[in-house]
Amino acid sequence: MNIWISLFLGFFLANVLGYGGGPASIPLMYEEIVNHHHWLTNKEFSNMLALGNALPGPIATKIAAYVGYDVYGWLGFSIALFATVFPSAFALIFLLKIIQRHRQSLVVKGMTLFIQPVIAAMMFILTWQMMKESTLSIGIVQSLVIAFISFLALEKWKIHPAFLITASFAYGGLILPHL
Amino acid sequence: MKQVDIFVAFFRVGMLGYGGGPSSIPLVYKEVVDKYKWMDSDEFGDIVAIGNALPGPIATKLAGYIGYRVGGIVGMLNALVASTVPTIIMMIFLLNALNAYKDESWVKGMAAAVMPVVAVMLAVLTWDYVKKSWESTLGWGWTLLFVVASLILMEFANIHPAIIIFALLLGALLKKDSRSGDQGKKEKHST
Repeated sequence: MNIWISLFLGFFLANVLGYGGGPASIPLMYEEIVNHHHWLTNKEFSNMLALGNALPGPIATKIAAYVGYDVYGWLGFSIALFATVFPSAFALIFLLKIIQRHRQSLVVKGMTLFIQPVIAAMMFILTWQMMKESTLSIGIVQSLVIAFISFLALEKWKIHPAFLITASFAYGGLILPHL
Repeated sequence: MKQVDIFVAFFRVGMLGYGGGPSSIPLVYKEVVDKYKWMDSDEFGDIVAIGNALPGPIATKLAGYIGYRVGGIVGMLNALVASTVPTIIMMIFLLNALNAYKDESWVKGMAAAVMPVVAVMLAVLTWDYVKKSWESTLGWGWTLLFVVASLILMEFANIHPAIIIFALLLGALLKKDSRSGDQGKKEKHST
């Protein structure tokens, strides 16, 4: 019973505070999943995020459903998914019914604006954490080289993230254990 | 028939959209406006604008609302399931397959090698959010101040991000305008 409530609250909070679509909720979910409830370790979270990014579809729901399932089976899956999806979907339906014509509500617009920097700061902390853990496990040189290549691949060569993630899985599975 | 259309439309959106919800907005547009003509592009634009102003994943907000508009509550559930569940099943299946071999050296290698990639993707997202608020009316000065201040509060003062976000929302509410502040934005009490 307790776990139901923590699953619901955890994912409800992470998503109701994430302004700017699913990705904005990643650091908030990390806070709940890894720091607060210890449902996953940092490494498991990174794995999940990588695989989640390699698969199509919205990212927040993939994370919620997987963690929910991992923690409490199909019931956990349903609770976490429900908490992620329904409150905001209902809010949109509700809001659109009320303000049929008012397209740009000043109050609402101002609110999202103020949140972006906080989301950026949380993303930065998460980036830092992943990099730190990575240097601890495969060393600073490997980490930096992989990171540098990934950066070029994503930003310069515009390679699809799914390919990049598959490539890094291949490298880690086939080559890394033999170094 | 309508429910089948809803399912097919949002199933395609879910399976073809890479990189999280925001990248699938054009796909939703293609289905909803171009293919099935459930609404015109002006209305779609309104929904995206208001949807973006609300918290939570954007893809499911759009799916939920459009499903509801087209097919009532059943349509809403239908669209939500179609856009999320197929990829979730794939995810659970793959991660569990990996977990079964998690002590093998090759699985450990995979987990380790992907970490820097994840870090870079997060760094790119970080930059996106910085840029987004930089280019808004906040400007670079306030953006920088807010980023650094929230970094310090979270990392060194160990303040929960929810508190910072609540405080900022409150500030925005009080500062912006005072007329009609009760637009469904206050149901966030939780203990």
